[in-house]
Amino acid sequence: MNENPADLAPELCLLIAAVLGLVGGMFLPRTGQWRVAAIGAAGAVAGLAAACVAATRPDLAAFGSFAVDPVTHVTRIVVLASVPVVLALAAVPVRGHPRESEHYVLIMLSALGTIMLGGATDLLVVVAAYLLASIPAYALAGLGGDAPGTEAALKYYLLGAFLGVLMLAGVTLLYGVAGRTAYPQLRAGLAAAPDAAVAVGVVALLAGLLFKAGAVPGHFWVPDVTQGAPPAVAAFVTTVPKIGAFAALYRLGAEALPDGAGGWPVLVAVLAAAAMTLGNLAAFGQDNVRRLLAYSTVSQAGYLLVPVAAAGRTGLAEPAVLFYLGAYAATNLGAFAVVLAIGRDDLRGYTGLLRASPVTGLALAVCLLGFVGTPPTAVFAAKVLMFGAAIDGGLGWLAIVAAANTVASVFYYLRWIVPMCRAPDGPFRPARGASIVAAGAAAFSVLLGAGAGVALAV
Amino acid sequence: MLSLAIFLPLAAALLLPAVPRRAVPWTWVAVSLAELALVAGMWAAHGTRDGFSFETDVRWIPSVGAGYHVGADGLSLPLLTLTALLFAACAVYSLGQERRGRAFAMAFLFLETVCLGVFAALDLLLFFVFFDLSIVGMYFVILVWGHAGAARSALKFFLYTFLGSLVLLLGFIGLYLGADPHTFDMVELTRDPPLEDAPTAAGLTLLALGIGLGIKTPVVPFHTWLPPAHTDAPAAGSAVLAGVMLKMGGYGLVRIAMPMLPDAWRRYALAVLIVGLVSVLYGALVALAQDDVKRLVAYTSVNHMGYVVLALGAAGYAGGTDAGARLAVTGAVTQMVSHGLITGALFLLCGVLHARAGSYDLRRFGGVARAAPVFAGTLAAAAFASLGLPGLSGFIAEFQIFAGTIGTGAAATAVTGALAVLGIVVTAGLFLRVLHRLLLGGPGELTGRVGDLRRPEAVAIVPLLASSLLIGVLPGPLLDTIGPFSAAVTGWVAR
Repeated sequence: MNENPADLAPELCLLIAAVLGLVGGMFLPRTGQWRVAAIGAAGAVAGLAAACVAATRPDLAAFGSFAVDPVTHVTRIVVLASVPVVLALAAVPVRGHPRESEHYVLIMLSALGTIMLGGATDLLVVVAAYLLASIPAYALAGLGGDAPGTEAALKYYLLGAFLGVLMLAGVTLLYGVAGRTAYPQLRAGLAAAPDAAVAVGVVALLAGLLFKAGAVPGHFWVPDVTQGAPPAVAAFVTTVPKIGAFAALYRLGAEALPDGAGGWPVLVAVLAAAAMTLGNLAAFGQDNVRRLLAYSTVSQAGYLLVPVAAAGRTGLAEPAVLFYLGAYAATNLGAFAVVLAIGRDDLRGYTGLLRASPVTGLALAVCLLGFVGTPPTAVFAAKVLMFGAAIDGGLGWLAIVAAANTVASVFYYLRWIVPMCRAPDGPFRPARGASIVAAGAAAFSVLLGAGAGVALAV
Repeated sequence: MLSLAIFLPLAAALLLPAVPRRAVPWTWVAVSLAELALVAGMWAAHGTRDGFSFETDVRWIPSVGAGYHVGADGLSLPLLTLTALLFAACAVYSLGQERRGRAFAMAFLFLETVCLGVFAALDLLLFFVFFDLSIVGMYFVILVWGHAGAARSALKFFLYTFLGSLVLLLGFIGLYLGADPHTFDMVELTRDPPLEDAPTAAGLTLLALGIGLGIKTPVVPFHTWLPPAHTDAPAAGSAVLAGVMLKMGGYGLVRIAMPMLPDAWRRYALAVLIVGLVSVLYGALVALAQDDVKRLVAYTSVNHMGYVVLALGAAGYAGGTDAGARLAVTGAVTQMVSHGLITGALFLLCGVLHARAGSYDLRRFGGVARAAPVFAGTLAAAAFASLGLPGLSGFIAEFQIFAGTIGTGAAATAVTGALAVLGIVVTAGLFLRVLHRLLLGGPGELTGRVGDLRRPEAVAIVPLLASSLLIGVLPGPLLDTIGPFSAAVTGWVAR
């Protein structure tokens, strides 16, 4: 067994940065706490470098319960690249807040849990990572201290605790019938186990992961937290934890379960169809852009579940999940960055943005069209892979449902784009930092789409 | 060189914000004319050879077998030239009369790049990228520069054609997964058609391609997005939408569906024939009932594109490489070029009417010929070209389509071909009615506001009709270019 701590260098970088930030935050003066964000960003960038180096080496398993393979590499890279962006977005609104440094540390810890979730190859590590990813996020949602934030945090916490317990029950059950929790042995054990027990265990286990992923039926927290929590936190919780959750879901389907156990493809496919449809239907009538984005992330989670359903049945499933994760993270962070930059929540507040502030407006248009899957943005390439995985995995009907949903989603994204083309009502003063982040994310999304070949080759 | 031609307008669009305001329209015109010269030069260099010229093949997403692969052959080059010509006409037409001129020019230059890209792409994924971007570009053109009610029409246009493009994407993925090894490269897919031993999968893939391309073409019953989009689009937008973007559907059928799924195409050719026939007759009859000139022209597009579908269906039904099938395919391609020229001119003329009088309603005009003789003359010429008068391009195209369709010899093609001829009679009737109501008789309520063509408008419209006349009188060069390609297509379908 390989027990070399250096294999976990990216995680350690983030952990060290978090600890340094926590300790440093106690000694830094109120006006100097932004340095914690800088420490966190530095840790994430160092971790990113380590992760990129690790990605060039052959696959291995660390401590028998953490895989270092392409799924983990992509999870690490996407999460670690998102952390500095989120820290940058959070830094301006929380400046001078009594809990400023804690904000940053919680973001880092939750991100750490997310990476662990993506790399875990043992059900017990999955549970631990789930808790590490969730608990800081509950606190983050409530740190604003106002009524909507408190309600959001409470709802988030209650749902997370409930579904987490359900997940633990599922883990117990699977352990009971298979005798193991590590994935390779679990797979062998489950092959001989009674089908009904496996199915119940898988469903319970899914509950927790779908909560993290923000997919149906664990999605009830998404709109409330996105609307109630501070916008930077909303950007974080709708982007980063999902990355780990989908990596874990994919790994579960591809590595932990015997082919077709517990009705996996059909179960996940139905959940995928439900998530995209419900998310889209609920997004139609929203006039609050954050709620609209929240439901849009629910529907995006549905598309992401499509290749998860095809896990292990086609070679396209893995690149589809991984590429979609990167594309989604860039697009979602870009859209939230625009919301932060403009600082308005109602759709009408965006009238005339394209003329008043062409760069920010264009960034938003690129991100929204990116969600739709318009070429040449990154989500387009991801959707092509997703459709391919669905058809090749024998889920042609799901590809058609996804296509129909994509068209339906155009409607509400356009509700946001159309007013942008009109004449502006009043002046816009987009926040500088967030605008730059938005433009960067939009440009990255186009580059990733056009350079999809390079990204997929790695 | 082809890539230069494709991306030159985009580069110009990106540089346009740096150009002083007064120079914007002239820069646009200069770039479009340079583009036209470039494309025409490429056509001349290609001549009547078989196969592709100016091929470029760069790896793009190698892990799924997609590349940046472009090239031009006897099918692409006429359509590329048509695209460049129509965009140049729009540039000239718009000299000094559009609001927000800089953004308008940028939108059209962007559209020119994606339209040229569609006709040059030799990779399904690349084709799809350009295909989809054309929808986005046209959406913004209708939304920002359209008439009242444009937001609704633009949304309908976007949702409808975007649905079509996604279904098309599913079809492309079907082709990709059916090929061994998996690839999106059109040349390889044509050489070795996928899904040959899986008739059900091939049928479903053809259905997806048919719906996707059918919405774009548009054929009945997928045509309902077209009239509102045309009615509310600005004149130049309608000209491009009808003249260039509708061709993408027919082009896709010839370029993708027929060569890559020959077996399925032959099997379901009867359905294609019937859809084509219904589009021909229904489009003509509904056009006859319109009082709004622009809607009328929009419905005649359904009719004219129906001929294209009919001819392609006949070529598949005959399933052979005989002269009839070849003639039908050549006719279909000629019809695409001819329809682009004539309908482009018709929509620009409608734009003139709207710019002067603010209305498209036939009943409110009359006796325009006396007030605006040049306008009346060009409109009459365009109408006669559209109804297929000999000596103009429409006649050449439609004659070949009917001769080919009936000439393939099978009873079904002969009957559908004969019935489709009725479409010409109806079109002739409706265009004569337009000329009668609009140009002749006593003056109508709005006639007083109609002035004659301004110089930029005339310079934009007359070359389109002159090209139509040129093709009508001297069809040789065009047909010789298309000839080798249609021989190749019928050969592929016969496999």
